[in-house]
Amino acid sequence: MSGTKGGKKRHRLLTRRGAEFIDDRVGGARFVRETLGKVFPDHFSFMLGEVALYSFVVLVLTGVFLTLFYEPSSRDVVYHGRYAPLHGVHVTAAYESAVRLSWDVRSGLLMRQVHHWAALVFLGAIVAHLGRIFFTGAFRKPRDLNWMVGVTLLVLAILNGFAGYSLLDDLLSGTGLRIMYSVVESIPFIGDTMAFWIFGGEYPSEHILGRLFVVHVLLVPALIVVLLSVHLGLIVRQKHTQFAGPGRREDNVVGSKLWPTYAAKSISLFAAVASVLVLLGGVVQINPVWLYGPYDPAQVTTAAQPDWYMGWLEGALRLMPPWEVRALGHTIPNLFFPAVLLPGLTFLALYLWPFLERRITHDREIHHLLDRPRDRPARTGLGAAALTFYIVLFVAGSQDVIASTAGISVNGLNWVLRFTALILPVIVGRLVRRWCRDLAAGDEHEEEAEALLAEAEGEGDPAPDPALSG
Amino acid sequence: MSRDPVDRLELSVGAAFVTTIVAGAALAVVYWRGGQTQLEGILLAVALAGLSVGIGLWAKHAMPGGEAVEEREPLRSSDEDRAEAISGFEEGEVVLGRRTMLLRLLGLGTATVGAALLFPVRSLGPRPNGDLSHTRWRKGRRLVRADGTPVRPVDLDVDGVVTVFPDGPDRSPGDSQTILIKLPAGVNQPRPGREDWVQSGCIAYSKICTHAGCPVGLYEADTHRLVCPCHQSLFDVVDGARPSFGPATRSLPQLPLDVDPQGYLVARSDYTEPVGPAWWGRS
Repeated sequence: MSGTKGGKKRHRLLTRRGAEFIDDRVGGARFVRETLGKVFPDHFSFMLGEVALYSFVVLVLTGVFLTLFYEPSSRDVVYHGRYAPLHGVHVTAAYESAVRLSWDVRSGLLMRQVHHWAALVFLGAIVAHLGRIFFTGAFRKPRDLNWMVGVTLLVLAILNGFAGYSLLDDLLSGTGLRIMYSVVESIPFIGDTMAFWIFGGEYPSEHILGRLFVVHVLLVPALIVVLLSVHLGLIVRQKHTQFAGPGRREDNVVGSKLWPTYAAKSISLFAAVASVLVLLGGVVQINPVWLYGPYDPAQVTTAAQPDWYMGWLEGALRLMPPWEVRALGHTIPNLFFPAVLLPGLTFLALYLWPFLERRITHDREIHHLLDRPRDRPARTGLGAAALTFYIVLFVAGSQDVIASTAGISVNGLNWVLRFTALILPVIVGRLVRRWCRDLAAGDEHEEEAEALLAEAEGEGDPAPDPALSG
Repeated sequence: MSRDPVDRLELSVGAAFVTTIVAGAALAVVYWRGGQTQLEGILLAVALAGLSVGIGLWAKHAMPGGEAVEEREPLRSSDEDRAEAISGFEEGEVVLGRRTMLLRLLGLGTATVGAALLFPVRSLGPRPNGDLSHTRWRKGRRLVRADGTPVRPVDLDVDGVVTVFPDGPDRSPGDSQTILIKLPAGVNQPRPGREDWVQSGCIAYSKICTHAGCPVGLYEADTHRLVCPCHQSLFDVVDGARPSFGPATRSLPQLPLDVDPQGYLVARSDYTEPVGPAWWGRS
């Protein structure tokens, strides 16, 4: 550190002169001082949202690169790139550009694979973050508002993930689009017209790739940026929650200041997230569209699986018994129930949860201190049950692969999974609820024992904060 | 000799940043010499990891720890501020006597403009107008393979399968894709009225799954069942392609077959019911 004093001084002078330049014209020194002093609690689970944020940054950076090479067009072209097995094959311009980007553009494959991995991690981090918020009660007033912004971000992220991998027009993604067309078609009253409008006509339509492209690179990302800003702005305004502890109360925040500690930690986290994503994109192959081949509506691959965040829907489609409603010359198709109603109810329940819980508990207070999951056995049990349900659906999404790997019949496995999806959540929910109660009771005994011990030793110390132990 | 902790920290952070420099320079070389995906990924990951470790160590050991305290001000505004904001918002409202009526007109006007702005949605695509209920199959139209060649019943072995399309300039698979199967003699149990839809064991069904529209691409010859690989629906080919397992609720529509004077398979008509997944208007 010594020997750099001159450099340090010059550095300081530059910073100061820059700051003065801005402040002369805009003002805001006080705002900057307050912002730099903003306190962020230190807890590992608080980083999940940041991981999502930084995955999004990586998505934008790699995505911009990809747009420079991708061509959203169903135009028929003949492939003449470096990937020999496809030579002379008639493909769409979209597929050709995706394969060319992967094989003929330097570091194109890296960018594409990092982009896809970042999308998977983005969704994973969002879901984990949502779980953290749910199980610790961080969604309670005043953060119920921000909870709804967050749920909207999850919906947008899923939509954009699907739109993104549908752009490549390979056999796998084309089949996914075909299913999505049928899903839209299944909506009562307006489904067939809606499907025609979204796709620009009867399936397969030449318009859909261009439309998906605009949705994927402009509309949804812009919405995500706006809502992310609102999400973060509300966090700044309302400040972070924190777990109870010595000196940590409803009316304060204890942690690191934004500058320098928190900023440095956060930048370090960004570099770590980016490093992991780049490593995955570099060495773990993902979505090799040249192996799947171009989309042909009359062909299909076996063992077709969507990206993981669509897996629960895929599973719901497979587990749904062959029922549909037919009456008075109309049909509510089978597809409507697992593919429209289920996600609709899922996200409705997520949006409404803070208000539903308030109705049950009659707790209308402002909360800045977090719950420990064990202290809310009913909520924790319910959350565990819901998670179990969606995990079973997710597993069912690969039921054919599991059955063929294990050498059992798909039909038998499907029946087992149908009942598992209904029964296992109840069992897990009850077990988790009881486990929470046992843990909380254990904490109480420990506290009593400590209080007795303190008494016996004749110390005048106050009893430890109940929420700290355990 | 033990170094003092500050020296050790500076050494570690410095080493991390040097790693970043070396990996970054190596990345540039690899890229320049033609690029190599795995190497590029590893080098960039190492460079970023160096940054992460260096900055992380610096933050953890040489920056103030997590004991800063910030007071939380109440979020809710004071009653006075609230009252002032509301009165500011409502200022001037007493001047107009027909305020309510004007506001209603304004609301109606905005709604009309809003509705008018929705009309361009209609430009996105045509209305279905029955497109979902018929395909390109017509009476006498030949069944041709993807390469355009017509099919005679003798061209297919027993248990053979081929995907066919209606003959004509438009070879797009769309909703006309059809799967043609040759069954062994005597296994088919035709539905009433479909006795003459099969020609020399050749039977044709729509290839579009009635569940979610995937091509029903797999044929299990020993059980005479078609499998949809997307959601594992099974269709009994010898029983009118009735769904026997999975989420599909409707049989695959059957294409009535005939043979033309040259001996090639042709359609007797279009499908007699809509192909593909159901929708609200499907009875």
